[in-house]
Amino acid sequence: MGPLTYFGEISTEWNYVIALFIGMAFGYIMEASGFSSSRKLIGVFYGYDFAVIRVFFTATLVAIIGLLYMGYFGWIDYSVLFVHPTFVASAAIGGVIMGLGFIMGGFCPGTSLCAVAIGKLDGWVFTIALFVGIFLYSQVFPWIEPLYNAGDMGHIKITEYFGISQGWFAFGFAVVAVAVFFITTLIRRKVKDVRY
Amino acid sequence: MSFWKEDKSHVYWNPYFGGFMLGLLLILTFYITGRGVGATGGTKSAVITTVETISPEYAQRSKYYSKYYDEGTNPMKNWLVFETIGILAGAFLSGALAGRAKFRIQHPPHITSNKRLVFASIGGLLFGFGSQFARGCTSGAALSGAAVLSLGGFITMIGIFGTAYLAAYFFRKLWIN
Repeated sequence: MGPLTYFGEISTEWNYVIALFIGMAFGYIMEASGFSSSRKLIGVFYGYDFAVIRVFFTATLVAIIGLLYMGYFGWIDYSVLFVHPTFVASAAIGGVIMGLGFIMGGFCPGTSLCAVAIGKLDGWVFTIALFVGIFLYSQVFPWIEPLYNAGDMGHIKITEYFGISQGWFAFGFAVVAVAVFFITTLIRRKVKDVRY
Repeated sequence: MSFWKEDKSHVYWNPYFGGFMLGLLLILTFYITGRGVGATGGTKSAVITTVETISPEYAQRSKYYSKYYDEGTNPMKNWLVFETIGILAGAFLSGALAGRAKFRIQHPPHITSNKRLVFASIGGLLFGFGSQFARGCTSGAALSGAAVLSLGGFITMIGIFGTAYLAAYFFRKLWIN
């Protein structure tokens, strides 16, 4: 039963080898989907290319439903999976700062690494700045620490917060995703082509 | 031979296929490790190591670095560091096979390379800062968080995409004309 490393079915030495291969698959999928191009990524915000939202929503949906089924079948212990902790203030403010970074820089960190790998110099500059941004954060950390730890809700799930079942949430998310795919297709037809 | 001469540099995967593969990879990652993927964790480890190497005393005194310093383990011996190396290798493989691997600055024709690089650096700064604040970026917080229904993952996801949509109007001259 999974997670394999959690139950000691894979030794920790293998963990780093696995990390390398998972990273390779991750990088390959992102690059092959066009995520090494800032102009393709940014198309989602101006309506000329919706690849980002399609890849992102499909991946999230497949993962949510797949993991729930793995749990139901007893192939994975769903209760021990790492749930990203919720700190309301920092999750929201961090998201807003990253959103501004996305629209100005044209990448997010994973996609900028793909751009670095294929020689896009704008990706190199973005990634170097990413290092500097993390360093700057470490410098101001003592002042913003209270805000960083504000609104601690622990490892809470969205379904627990709203009191709905995981199955119904997955169903609702699927409906939203299909609606988004449909609407973005309509918008794409109306927006004039951008060549890149 | 014609197969190799064809220009495939603008041919990408169908986004639904790419998304499906990425979803399967997330399931596999959770199945093996119990956690999702990430892209800023490896970068953070590199920053920590750099600071510790240049000024160990500073790292010891600093509120931010001391917690990593005290652990006594090498921050580069980390799952996400190996994963990040993998991302670079995998992306290079895909780009090289499609004929996309070459040095260039990509920008819309109506703006200069310099302008693109200036905004790429501002964007990187903000993203680096924001990712530490939100405890993860688009991969680690939004994608991997949402995969296991984390409330914070969804908040960060809405924060990133919502803000970028709201701000898109003000930065339209950077991307479209």
